[in-house]
Amino acid sequence: MEDFSAKFVSQKISKTRWRPVPAAALQPPELFATGSWDNEENKISVWSVGDFGSLGPNGEYQGEPQLLCDIRHHGDVMDMQFFDQERIVAASSTGSVTIFRHHQNNQTLSINQRWERAHYHVDPDTPFYGGASCTGVICNNPEIVTVGEDGRINLFRADHREAVRTIENADSSTLHAVTFLRTTEILTVNSIGQLKIWDFRQQRNEPSQIFSLTGDRIPLHCVDRHPNQQHIVATGGQDGMLSIWDVRQGSMPVSLLNAHEAEMWEVHFHPSNPDHLFTCSEDGSLWHWDTSTDVSEKPSFFHQGGRSTTLLSHTANQSVISAWLSNNPTKDRMEITNLVPNQTLSVNSLDVLGPCLVCGTDAEAIYVNRHLFA
Amino acid sequence: MDELDVEPPLTLIPGVDSNRKQMCFAWGPGEMLVYETLFPKECAEKRPGCPNIFIVRKDQDVYSQTLRKLFNESHGIFVGLQRSEEELAGKSRKAQLVRVSKNYRSVIRACMEEMHQLAISTRDPELQCQHSTQVSILSAMELIWNLCEILFVEVAPAGHLLLHLLDWVRLHVCEVDSMVREVLSSENPSKHKDFWNAVDSFVLQGRMDDARHLLSKEASANPTSMGMCKILDDLMKKMPILSIGNTQTLTEMELKWQHWHEECQRYLQDGTFASNFHMESICKILLGDENAILEKKELMTTWYHFLVTRLVYSHPTVKPVELRFYAQSSLDLFLGGESSPEPLDSILMAAFEFEIHQVIKECSIALSNWWFVAHLTDLLDHCKLLQSHNLYFGSNMREFLLLEYASGLFSHHSLWQLGVDYFDHCPEYGKVYLELHIERIPLNTEQKALKVLRICEQRQMHEQVRSICKIMAMKAVRNNRLGSALSWSIRAKDAAFATLISDRFLKDYCERGSFSDLDLIDNLGPSMLLSDRLTFLGKYREFHRLYGEKWFSEAAKLLLMLMTARIAPCSFWMTLLTDALPLLEQKEVIFSAEQTYELMRCLEDLTAGKTDNQKLQVDDVETTKVEILRLALARNLARAIVKEGTLEGS
Repeated sequence: MEDFSAKFVSQKISKTRWRPVPAAALQPPELFATGSWDNEENKISVWSVGDFGSLGPNGEYQGEPQLLCDIRHHGDVMDMQFFDQERIVAASSTGSVTIFRHHQNNQTLSINQRWERAHYHVDPDTPFYGGASCTGVICNNPEIVTVGEDGRINLFRADHREAVRTIENADSSTLHAVTFLRTTEILTVNSIGQLKIWDFRQQRNEPSQIFSLTGDRIPLHCVDRHPNQQHIVATGGQDGMLSIWDVRQGSMPVSLLNAHEAEMWEVHFHPSNPDHLFTCSEDGSLWHWDTSTDVSEKPSFFHQGGRSTTLLSHTANQSVISAWLSNNPTKDRMEITNLVPNQTLSVNSLDVLGPCLVCGTDAEAIYVNRHLFA
Repeated sequence: MDELDVEPPLTLIPGVDSNRKQMCFAWGPGEMLVYETLFPKECAEKRPGCPNIFIVRKDQDVYSQTLRKLFNESHGIFVGLQRSEEELAGKSRKAQLVRVSKNYRSVIRACMEEMHQLAISTRDPELQCQHSTQVSILSAMELIWNLCEILFVEVAPAGHLLLHLLDWVRLHVCEVDSMVREVLSSENPSKHKDFWNAVDSFVLQGRMDDARHLLSKEASANPTSMGMCKILDDLMKKMPILSIGNTQTLTEMELKWQHWHEECQRYLQDGTFASNFHMESICKILLGDENAILEKKELMTTWYHFLVTRLVYSHPTVKPVELRFYAQSSLDLFLGGESSPEPLDSILMAAFEFEIHQVIKECSIALSNWWFVAHLTDLLDHCKLLQSHNLYFGSNMREFLLLEYASGLFSHHSLWQLGVDYFDHCPEYGKVYLELHIERIPLNTEQKALKVLRICEQRQMHEQVRSICKIMAMKAVRNNRLGSALSWSIRAKDAAFATLISDRFLKDYCERGSFSDLDLIDNLGPSMLLSDRLTFLGKYREFHRLYGEKWFSEAAKLLLMLMTARIAPCSFWMTLLTDALPLLEQKEVIFSAEQTYELMRCLEDLTAGKTDNQKLQVDDVETTKVEILRLALARNLARAIVKEGTLEGS
C-alpha cells in the first residue's frame, strides 16, 4: 500500500463520500463530496481525483484532489449520502435535511429540496420549536430516512413535501446513526448503547427488536450492515470498541473487539470485498481490518514498516461462515493496519468504493488512496 | 518590551460617532467589544444612538483561508517535533532538526504560492493588494527563517557557511532567471541590452557555469573579443569552490584561492580587459573590489546580496563570528546614507550578529500574528540555543510565545482544536490555560461536546468533564430527552444528576400512571448502580414487569425488598403499598406472614412519621387508602397464618 498524502482544505471535514459508480462500470470512482463542520460558513464541496490519463513516474496516478464546486450549508454537516448520481442528501445541525443537486455540465451545486424542521425539540410550555441536530441520514432511492438528537425517525420521499412517516419519540436518547437492514427495515444506534430494528411495515411506533451490550451502556456512534450477509451488523462505540452482531439470534453482540482509544466515528464494510472492514476514530487513526483467507499464505514480512500492524494467529481451515461471526477472533487470522501516516487530530469520516478510500480529518486535511489492495 | 516609538493605528468604528457620545469597551480573549454609551459629550445634540455592539479583532490572519492551511500543516510538524526522539544525539539530531526546519519552510512556500495564485486571479483591486501584501510578508518570513536555519540550526562552519549563504541568496533574489530567459530567447543574445546585466548577475551570485555559458555566446558572436572571453572563461573555471562533499581542509582552500586571486590581479593589471569595459568590471568583481560590486547595486537589489557577494570574492572562508562586521559594513555601504534600514533589515542584522533574542523580539513587533515567532522559537529551543532565563512573569520565552499563539487560536471558532496540542507542550502554564479556554468553547451540538469531553478526559481534567456533562445533561432535561440526560450523567459519573433524572421519571409515573421511555428504564444495566434513586427506578420497573408476567411471588419479594432495604424514597412508600394491594387481594396467598408483618411495619412507619398536625389535615382519600391497606394486610395475615399453620396434604 502506498502512502497517503494530505490535501489541506481550510475547513474541518465532518463527512466524505464517494459518488457511486454505475453498476455496470468497471472503473473506480472519480468524484467525492465533503461536508464541513464548526465553521461560521459551512460548505458542501465536490472534488475530483482526476482521470487515469496522466501517470506519475511510477506509473501510478499521484495527483491531488481538485475542487470542482461548493455550496454554502447552514449549520454543521452532520451526515451526508449520495442519493443518486447527481443528488446529495445532507443532514444539518440546525435540524434540516437538504437535497443538493450537482450539475455536471457547469459544475455547480444547487439546492433541490429542503425539509426545514425535520428534527426539533418541543417545549411543552411555549409553542417554541428549537432545532435539534439531525445526526444521521440514509437513502435508498426514493426513500430517505433521518434520525436526530430529538429521538425522532423520519421517512421522507424525494419530491414529497411532508414526511411520509414520522416516528415521534422513537428513542428517549439521541439517535446517532441509521442504516437500512432490508428495504423496509432500518437499524438505529443510540447514546445508551442500544441497537434497534424498526419495521416500517408495522404501524405501531415501537422497535421490533432491541439489542444492547451487556456491560455499561456505552453510546454507539455508527452502524453498518454486511453487504451480502444481511444478518451481520457492525457497530462502533464511544470507547472505540467494535462490536459485531448477528441480528438473527440473541440480543448481545457476537464479538467485541477492542479497537480504538477514543470514539469510533464510522464503520464501513467494503461494499464489494466484505472481508475488509474500515473504522476511523477520534484518536486520529483509520484501521483496515482484513479477514480475507488468502492473506494467510503471505509471509509476515510482506508489510513494510512505518505502519503499525497487528497479526493474530491463524488457522489452516477457514470455514464458509463469515469470519466476522466467529466467536473467537483471535483464532482466525485478522490483520489490522493503521492507514493514516501521522496521527494528530480525529479522523471524522471515511468512505470506500472499489480500490479507493477517502477520509477527512479535524486537521482540515483530506486523504485519498486509490490503490487500497495493491 | 520597550516602548513603541510609532503612533498606534487608528481604527474607526462605523456607526459610532465618538464626537457626540462616549464609547466604552471591554477586553475579550483575543478581541475587544466596543459600544456607544448613553453619556453624551458636552454641547452635543440629542440624537438616537447606535444600537450595535461591535467586536474588534486585531488578528485578521487567523481568518484567512490560505493561512489556515499554514496553521494546520505547521501544527502537524510541531507535534511531530515534540514527539520525536530526544535520544538521538549529535549529527542525527541535527539532521532531524534541519529536516523539520525545511518542512516548515516548504509549508510557508506552499502557502506563498497559493496566495500568489489568488493575487493574480482575483479581479478586486483591494483583495489583490491584500493578497500581494500577504505574499511579501510570507516571503520575508521565509527569508528570515532560512537565514536562521543556516546560522542557528545547521550551524554551518566556515567554508560551508558561505555555500549555504549563497544558496540562500540565489533562492530569494531570483529576478535574474527571467532576465536570462529573455536574453537567451532573443535572436542575438550578446547584443541584447540586458546581456551584460545577465552575466554580471550570474557572477555576483557565484554561478560560474551559467556565466561561462553566456560568455560563450559573446565569444561566438564577437570574434575580436574571443581572446578576452577565453581568458575570463578560464579564470571563472579555475575559481576554487568548496563543495559540500569535498574533503579539502580550509587552509588548502585558502591557499588555492590566494593563488587564483593573484592570477586575476595580474590579468587586471596587465590591462588584458582594458578594451572591454564590461569584462574589466567583471574581473574587478572577481577580485572582490567593493566599488565595482557596489556599482551593480540595482542588480543585487538588497544589501545581504551585496554582503554575500563581497564575502565570496574577498573572504570565502569567513567564520560565523566574523559575519557581523561584514554585515554591518555591507548594510552601511549599500544604503549609503540615503535610506534608513527597514524592520526586515534590522531583523536580518540581528541574525548575523547571532542575537537570537533580538531577532525574536523584532519579529514579534513587526508581524501581526504569533505564528512565526512561536514556531521559530520552539525550534531554536529544541536546538538548545535559548538559555532558560525566566521572564518576569514566570515562564520562559518559548512557553510565553506558544501560550500567546495558542490563545489566539482559541479565539477562532474552528482552530481551537489545534491550540490544545500547543498547550499540552507548555509544561508550566499550559494546563491552566487549557482549563480556562476549554470551558468557553460554545457547545452547539452533541458531537462537538463529545470531542471537547474527550480532550478533557485524556488530560484528566475532571472538573471540566463534570461541568460539560452537567451543561449537556441540563439541556437534554429541558428538551425532555431524559435518555440523553442519563447518558451524560453516566459519562460524568454524576450521581446527583442521575437522581434528578430518576425523580423526573417517577414524577411522570405518578402523574400519568405509566412509565415513559420504557426502552431506557428496561435496559439500564449496570449503570443502574450509579445512584440509589436510579436503582430504585430500575427495580420498580422490574416489579411492574414481573407483575405483568404474573410472577407474583417474585414481584412481592421485590416490592418488600424495595421498602425494607430503604432504596425507595419515603415519598414513594404510599405508592408502593398501594401497589401491594392487588397482591394482597389475590385468591392465592402471596405474602407470607413474615412478609405481611414487614409490610405492616412499613405502613406504621409511614403513618407514624406524620405529625399530629398533618394527621388532622390529611384528606379523605389518604385515610381511606390507609384503612383499606390495614384491612387488606390484616386479611392477608390471617390467611397466611392459616396457610402456614396447615399441614400440607399428604
